[in-house]
Amino acid sequence: MSDQPLRRPATPMLQQIAARPTMRGTLLGVPLGVKVIGALFGLAFLALNAAIAYVVIDGRLDGKWYDFRDLGNAVESLRGWTEDEGFHPGVIYGISALLGGLGILSLVGVWLIIGPWVERRVIAKFQIRVGPNRNGPFGLFQSIADALKLMQKEVIIPRGADRFLYFVPPVMIFVPALLGWGPIPWAEKMAYIDLDVGILFTIAISSLGVLAVFLAGWASNNHYSLLGAMRTVAMMVSYEIPISLSLLSVAMLTSSMRLSQIVAWQGHYHVWIIAILPFAAFAFLFASTAEINRTPNDIGEAESEIVAGFYTEYSGMKGGLFMAVELGNAILVGALMSTFFLGGYTMFGLEEWIPGYIILLTKILAVYFLFVWLRATLPRFRLDQLMGFAWKFLIPISMVQVFVVAIEASVFARVTAPALFTLGAFAIVNLSITILLVKLWADRLGYAVIQHPTKPVLTQAVGGLRAAERIRKPA
Amino acid sequence: MPASTEPYVLNIGPQHPSTHGVFRLRVVMDGEVIRDLDMIVGYLHRSMEKLAEERTYTQNIPFTDRADYLAAMSSNLGLALAAERLTGVVPTERSQYLRVIFAELQRIASHAMANGTLISDAGAWQTPLLYMFREREKILDLFEMTCGARLTTNYMRIGGVSFDPPPEFWPALAELVAELPERIDEYFELLTDNEIFLGRTRNVGIISPEDAINGSLTGPALRGSGVPWDLRKAEPYCVYDRFDFDIPVGTVGDVYDRFMVRMEETKQSVRILQQAMAEIPSGPHKNDVALALRPEPGEIYSRVESPRGEIGFYLVSDGTPAPYRFHLRAPSMINLSLLREMGVGSSLPNAVVTLGSLDIVVGEIDR
Repeated sequence: MSDQPLRRPATPMLQQIAARPTMRGTLLGVPLGVKVIGALFGLAFLALNAAIAYVVIDGRLDGKWYDFRDLGNAVESLRGWTEDEGFHPGVIYGISALLGGLGILSLVGVWLIIGPWVERRVIAKFQIRVGPNRNGPFGLFQSIADALKLMQKEVIIPRGADRFLYFVPPVMIFVPALLGWGPIPWAEKMAYIDLDVGILFTIAISSLGVLAVFLAGWASNNHYSLLGAMRTVAMMVSYEIPISLSLLSVAMLTSSMRLSQIVAWQGHYHVWIIAILPFAAFAFLFASTAEINRTPNDIGEAESEIVAGFYTEYSGMKGGLFMAVELGNAILVGALMSTFFLGGYTMFGLEEWIPGYIILLTKILAVYFLFVWLRATLPRFRLDQLMGFAWKFLIPISMVQVFVVAIEASVFARVTAPALFTLGAFAIVNLSITILLVKLWADRLGYAVIQHPTKPVLTQAVGGLRAAERIRKPA
Repeated sequence: MPASTEPYVLNIGPQHPSTHGVFRLRVVMDGEVIRDLDMIVGYLHRSMEKLAEERTYTQNIPFTDRADYLAAMSSNLGLALAAERLTGVVPTERSQYLRVIFAELQRIASHAMANGTLISDAGAWQTPLLYMFREREKILDLFEMTCGARLTTNYMRIGGVSFDPPPEFWPALAELVAELPERIDEYFELLTDNEIFLGRTRNVGIISPEDAINGSLTGPALRGSGVPWDLRKAEPYCVYDRFDFDIPVGTVGDVYDRFMVRMEETKQSVRILQQAMAEIPSGPHKNDVALALRPEPGEIYSRVESPRGEIGFYLVSDGTPAPYRFHLRAPSMINLSLLREMGVGSSLPNAVVTLGSLDIVVGEIDR
């Protein structure tokens, strides 16, 4: 052994990476003048915002269309102005719808460019890698390059495929992915369509996507696609129920199916429903990962088993559309989760100071980070385990929860005690009931946590069958 | 009208994410249940055994790299030992230790690959695989330092090894050996108590000890079934009889046991490495041996414990520099033979995980 310093051989690849200017290097290389001008612009932007905030909060101007905190007011005042001018109601609604639709489309569109980058960079951090960092600043243009590549690729129609049905699903699957954004409130008066049956609409829309999935699996004329479609349909059928039951609890507790009122309820009592209904939140999150085909429930497109599931045969941008919808659905579920359980656009009074849509966006990204985290960490369930979990575990406990919440909701409507006290009591009661139920039900199912899984036996002996028996049954 | 179903044929491979190479499974499925399963091999056939009959024993060593490309050192060692026994060449003392060190490093690297891909087959999106590659990468760096190659090492020679490790090899090895137990504990922590992983691997793909012996399984697949058979202990080659280590054996014989046996073997390899590093003598790393050895006419079967099991070389000499017959007993090929018994009646996810736990290398199966 020598005391020479450790030297690892640098591979040509590593040398190339080391020789290439990094992002930090390029930032340092920016001329001073550009930096100063950039800093001045940044300061000016902050000062402008501060001035507007000061004016608005000070009450000199009450919230009008230029109030940047609440984009909903902009549409509201636009509508007011068109009404005053005596336009036809159709025009008014048309303009509002166009603005809202543009908003949703641009949100999803921007996300489709940033989302893959976020996912790949975060997963790379989990996997002690670097992730995409070559195209554009921090590799941000990687998704654009990927999309361009996908568009250039040939769309191959497999022999024996149903040509019409083969082309429909990639388009069809986009419909629920965009419609689902409709009733989500982004700020106080900022929802594309503030339905009074928002929960019903959400549940109805979320089960539409399975149609496209099944069509894709069927029309591809491929066994992998069909297996993936079958798995997805079975999973959707199972997991619609826990989702509906957990949303039913939320609706009963807040006595509203209107999403904006659910958020307003949480803002009014300064509480997140996840604190009152922890099991409903868990059931919703778990079932949602099953619905949008994400780890640990991604059995519909389990790569190591059925290649890519229902979209195995889709090449080029057709396959890219399926992946895009998956990504869009991930933040849609994040938005629903935030709206129902995490207080939506409210943040304990912070929404007075920060635009509600930014708060909601932060929450969506937090939920999305959770999804990425799960994907980077957990193995996949098996189909039968997943079905068993839904039918044997989630659904019975969710049903009991619905009964408990029904009692609590009627109590809440009748008692005159302070809401903080009542809701705190509900939270404690629900948490204890959930823990007790989960424990009892798991015992009843015969499930026990494997505390110390069997470790291999260490032996010095060598031999065949007899030695094996001796090790198995020591004398 | 009653619904009627019919089984269908699913063709898994040769290009499929979980076949670990160009290996093909023809599966008759009824819904998600496997009714029949055929294994079709030969997509990577390179006529290795026939080509070997045209080359000298030393020239054949690179072929063994390409057979089991994830454990090139072990295959090198197998051929070097077989040729030494055939020709009567005695390796130097230092080279014996170097062979043990490199074979054990290769075992750690190969087990990291095997367990990592097994977890990827279970659906874990490659995170554990990449963490295990962290150690494998350091081991491959050590290989590169010593013999210039990372994967196809071509390191063992008849009568010794091709190069003595450079001075910077030893501190790097000491650092690796010092940090490996910690890393292995990290994997234990992350994986062995993971509910989903336990649910996917426990009581899946069970092989009984009787079946394992009847199917002439070797390596972790055999030891996972509880049979304590390790050639390093059963018929010690090189200087394995001078080291103190244990054979880990499983208790159930399922996928999880095979996984755990590999993890535990990694720990034992670290123990061997520590002892070998401490005891290695100085001296020449190689005896000078004629390039074209002409062994007496005769035959030899020599076997070593590769990460995948017993890799055996059957060499027949007719007195010429090239072997008259060169046969490689590929452990992957023979371990694979029980897949049908384990797969039929189970479901597709179970079959994929079982295939992953057998740790096949297609280069070795097809040769």
